[in-house]
Amino acid sequence: MNTSLVRNILRFVILVLAQITIFNNINFLGYINPYPYILFIILFPIGDNRASLLISSFLLGITIDMFTNSGGMHAAACVTIAYIRPWVLQSIFGIAYEYNAVKVIKAAYGERLLFISIMVFTHHFILFMLESFNFSDIIYILKKTLFSGVFTLSLCMLFITLFSFKRK
Amino acid sequence: MQQIVNFLIKYRNFLLFVFLLFLSLVFTVQSHSYHRSKFVNSANFISGGIYSGLNRITSYFDLKVHNEQLAEENRRLRAQLLNTPDSITQKIDTSSFGNRYAVTSAKVINNNYSHKDNFLTLMAGSKMGLKQDLGVITSKGIVGIVNRVSPNYATVMSILNSNSQINAKLKKSNHFGILVWKGGDPNTVDLVDVQSKAPVKKGDTIVTGGKSTIFPEGIGIGTISEYELDPTENFYSIKIKLFNDMTNVGHVYIIENLNRAEIKNLEENTQNEH
Repeated sequence: MNTSLVRNILRFVILVLAQITIFNNINFLGYINPYPYILFIILFPIGDNRASLLISSFLLGITIDMFTNSGGMHAAACVTIAYIRPWVLQSIFGIAYEYNAVKVIKAAYGERLLFISIMVFTHHFILFMLESFNFSDIIYILKKTLFSGVFTLSLCMLFITLFSFKRK
Repeated sequence: MQQIVNFLIKYRNFLLFVFLLFLSLVFTVQSHSYHRSKFVNSANFISGGIYSGLNRITSYFDLKVHNEQLAEENRRLRAQLLNTPDSITQKIDTSSFGNRYAVTSAKVINNNYSHKDNFLTLMAGSKMGLKQDLGVITSKGIVGIVNRVSPNYATVMSILNSNSQINAKLKKSNHFGILVWKGGDPNTVDLVDVQSKAPVKKGDTIVTGGKSTIFPEGIGIGTISEYELDPTENFYSIKIKLFNDMTNVGHVYIIENLNRAEIKNLEENTQNEH
């Protein structure tokens, strides 16, 4: 329990620092940035208290918002994906989730990819909708969601592969 | 009572979610209107400290460009100084200069241009005399308006922000319009509401108008790259290529109009009388 807590706090700090120092400054093609900091929510221990996931996701989002002067957009997107996470896990992993036998890092490639894509695209869609704050920009929102989402998704898969090798 | 407690316990996660979502939406709505991003902004010691630490490293990458900009500015100012008419033969109207504007310089430690509402963070705050609503410029042109101030840091609402509306005019003819940004390219902004009688030509220079109390008149903004009459044929909408490279801003000057309070006061009094 304690090592898990320490590991999650470290993950929080490292992901926030990496996000604000590196990933917010990529500006690929002028406006495409990845947001791999949501790996914190994706990798949060399954079976832990849901309230603690919601609160830590809110803190994660609001920290990023503070650095990017974006009000509460990241916080809203993070809280939403933290709230829907149990249902997404349940629909993908089914019975294994009920017995708390799921680990995102150790899941089969296809299931892992599906789970992370749902989380990433939901997060990005809410984020860019709140950023634009205007439904007439829907094409722009979808375009940005798609490009940034693919970018984030590949980074997330890469990081998980890189860091799970260490634990074997 | 028992039922209410049971309800709260049963739906505690949902209620927590709704509460947190509501809180973040309130912050988001506030951030979409200028001056109201009270709680969450990067003018504080944590983010300011991290950004200035990071800037200590990254500022070296742009050093060459910034040095060239400074040298160019010095050259221009020196040329101006050497070409000033002799003060003995020329009458000087002392009321036109003197203490009208106070200028402070600051270093940019964080700069965004990929969002719809972009902000910069400066390493200078209320200790250096910064206040809300001061104009921020570089040697080439305007950058934005000071938004939030903490003792050591300040955030600046960039001209690349959907809330930014700055009075600007054609340098040649004094026809004015409003400078806005519609997103996309960080080197292009739009000038809207320019009278159709204005003599608009490609390549003409746009400068700040004297109608705002934030910027002095005649600070450079950019040149006209495209223009078209709107369907009603009353107004031009003009695309402007900025003089400033907004993706690479190193040092800025903060301009304070010392007569601003007096002008505002006078305007308010005049309006109240009617």
